[in-house]
Amino acid sequence: MNIRLLNQALAASRSGKAAALVTNLKSGKQSLVQGHEIAGDLPVDDVIAAAIRRAWERDENDTVMTGDGKLFIEIFNPRLRMLVVGAVHIAQPLARMAALTGYLVTIVDPRSAFANAERFPDVTLNGEWPDDAMKQLVPDRRTAIVTLTHDPKLDDPALAEALRSDAFYIGALGSRRTHARRCERLKEAGFTEEQMARIHGPIGLKIGAISPAEIAVSIMAEVTQVLRAPVEQAKAERAAAKAREAAE
Amino acid sequence: MGDNEQILDQAAIWRGEGKGVALATVVATWGSSPRPTGSKLALADDGAFVGSVSGGCVEGAVIEEGLKAIKDGQPRLLSFGVTDERAWEVGLACGGKIDVFVERVE
Repeated sequence: MNIRLLNQALAASRSGKAAALVTNLKSGKQSLVQGHEIAGDLPVDDVIAAAIRRAWERDENDTVMTGDGKLFIEIFNPRLRMLVVGAVHIAQPLARMAALTGYLVTIVDPRSAFANAERFPDVTLNGEWPDDAMKQLVPDRRTAIVTLTHDPKLDDPALAEALRSDAFYIGALGSRRTHARRCERLKEAGFTEEQMARIHGPIGLKIGAISPAEIAVSIMAEVTQVLRAPVEQAKAERAAAKAREAAE
Repeated sequence: MGDNEQILDQAAIWRGEGKGVALATVVATWGSSPRPTGSKLALADDGAFVGSVSGGCVEGAVIEEGLKAIKDGQPRLLSFGVTDERAWEVGLACGGKIDVFVERVE
C-alpha cells in the first residue's frame, strides 16, 4: 500500500464519510473510492462499483472474482458515536467503555457541577440543553443515544430529538415504572407507541448489574447487540439461502 | 479512535520515521474464525507490531511473512487453517479458516 493512499484511507475513516478500499489480492494494486472520486492504481469499472455499493448496503466487507484475480472490498464506515445525556456516576465508566469499544463519546449535561473536566478527563463535554445539543450533534444511523439523568427536564427533550433521528440505539435509564410515566409524557407530546418502542427502557441487558460500572457493562452489551445482531442474522439467512440453492 | 484507524495511524507514524512497514488484513473467513474481515495488524522492521488478525494463533507466522514483504516488496496472500504443504502453515485452534493479505507500505 502506498503511504499516500494509507493517509487518504485514514482521512476517510476520520471524516465519517463513506469510503471503500479495493485491493487486488494478486497484484496488490489498490484504489480508494469515495463517492465518485477514485484514487489509486486499480481501475474501478462498473462491476466493481456495483460490488462496492452492495457491500455498502450490507455494511460488510466483500470479495469479488474478476478476470484479473480476486478483489477485496473493505468498507470504511462513519465512526460510531455515543451521545450520553447526564454526566452522572454511570456515565464515567460508560464513557471509558464506549471509547474502548470504538465510539466517539460526547457527554451532554448543562449542569457544570456534573459535566466538568475533573470528573470526565479526555471526554468531549457539551453544556447545551439536551434538545439543542442533539440538534447540534445530528445523530445518524451510526449513533447511539443514552439518557441517564432520571430528570424528565433533561431526559425528555433529548429523547424527543432522539426519536426524530436515525440513531440506531436509544436507551433510557430508569425503572419500568419511571419508563411507563416517561412514555405517557412522550405520548402527550405526540409520539406514537410504535415510535416509543425504539426506546430501550429500562436500559441495558438483564445481567443483574448493581454498581455503576456493571450497569455500564449492561448498557454497552445492549448497544453492541442492537448494532451487531441484525448483521449476524442477515449473514446467517444468506448462508442458509446459499445452502438451499446448492442443495437444489 | 477506532481499532483500524489506530493501526493505520501507527503504520503511518512508523513509515514517517523511515521504518520499513507491512500491513496484514484479514480478507476472508470461514467457520468460527476469531476476527472478522478487515481486521488488521501493522508491523515495523524492528519487530514492533499493533493489532491482530486472529486470537493470537497465527500472528507469529503473519509477522514473519510481513518482514519478508518489507524486504522484497511482494504482496502475499496467506491461508491459515487449511491443510497444505506450505512451510509457514500454522493452525487455528478454533477450527476456522482465514485468508490474510500482507503488503508493504511504500
